Amino acid sequence: MAQVESANLNPETVLAEMKKNGVTHVVWLPDSETNWLYMLMKNDPELDLIPVSREGQAFSVAAGLSVGGKNPVILIQNTGMMESGDSLRGWCLGMNIPVVMMVGYRGYTRHGVNSDTAATYTERFLNAFGIQYYLVENDSDAERISVAFEEAQQTKRPVAILVGDEYHGFH
Amino acid sequence: MFQTADMLNIFQKYRGDAVVIPGRGGRHWIDISTNEKKDIPLGDPAMGGHASFGMGLALAQPDQKVVLFDSEGDVLMNLGALVTIAEKAPENFYHFMLDNECYATTGGQPVPNAQNVAYDVIAKGAGYTRTYAFDNLEDFSNNIEEILSQPGPVFVAMKVFPHIENEPIGARRRWQTRTRDQVIEDVQQQMGVSN
Repeated sequence: MAQVESANLNPETVLAEMKKNGVTHVVWLPDSETNWLYMLMKNDPELDLIPVSREGQAFSVAAGLSVGGKNPVILIQNTGMMESGDSLRGWCLGMNIPVVMMVGYRGYTRHGVNSDTAATYTERFLNAFGIQYYLVENDSDAERISVAFEEAQQTKRPVAILVGDEYHGFH
Repeated sequence: MFQTADMLNIFQKYRGDAVVIPGRGGRHWIDISTNEKKDIPLGDPAMGGHASFGMGLALAQPDQKVVLFDSEGDVLMNLGALVTIAEKAPENFYHFMLDNECYATTGGQPVPNAQNVAYDVIAKGAGYTRTYAFDNLEDFSNNIEEILSQPGPVFVAMKVFPHIENEPIGARRRWQTRTRDQVIEDVQQQMGVSN
């Protein structure tokens, strides 16, 4: 059983990384990769959840929070990230906002042929915008989340975490 | 309808120590404001995002009154922002909207259904508890003090005359006097924020 758990990315692990890095607000729109994380976040009094109805909105919300001295994280799916291109450009890249965006990597598969174009274009999109990204598939990758936070602060730019695993509930 | 500059001249009397995001009113506000370092003239980072930016700033600085002069074109691009603002309900956020019924900076083409949209009703339906709509300056003038003295979030739709631009973008007068980086640095200093 322990081996099965270590192959997953547990929501407790992600939440611990957020708190370790001083996240104050989670600007988010639900997706299948973050559903279980939501259950944890909404019960955490130290986190303020800001729900958006279109992902592009998340980048201007994050910019306002950051200018106001807070430390938001953006939690969205790759489909919504791609819809958000101009908002990402103008409100975060254009304003030097140090924000981590955790992006559900819909369609990602380590093995075999990728059949979901959401995955096909995800890394190409990030490369087009010159945004550094780190793949996180299971708990053993979780340190990369801290790396992303540190890099965002140092470069004053958005940095992406690609969440390559759907959450599997609590353990 | 009324002139944006006339409205801003009246607003200035009641501004207090509010942070002002002048949005599409920026070119007028820069000659009216008496507290430039608390102004956030961002130009147009990406259309449709000003309301969300203003809400984020208000949530981050709950003791700081934040006033936004949005536009109907921006609001239409991201109507969903209204429901997020209504849910988070920052009491220090004052959401004014300039409705000139067109895209003035691209030549004055009408926004969809330009003359028939009740933006205050949309905001009310999204969950704003206080909304207003003004199409004459006297009514605005009679209400602005009360609007700013009560808690937000409040939505104020205003019919204003368009200032249509047809010059090539490169030939237009640049009204900003500070870079975006300087604007952010100035307002953060005023708010006591160090990043």
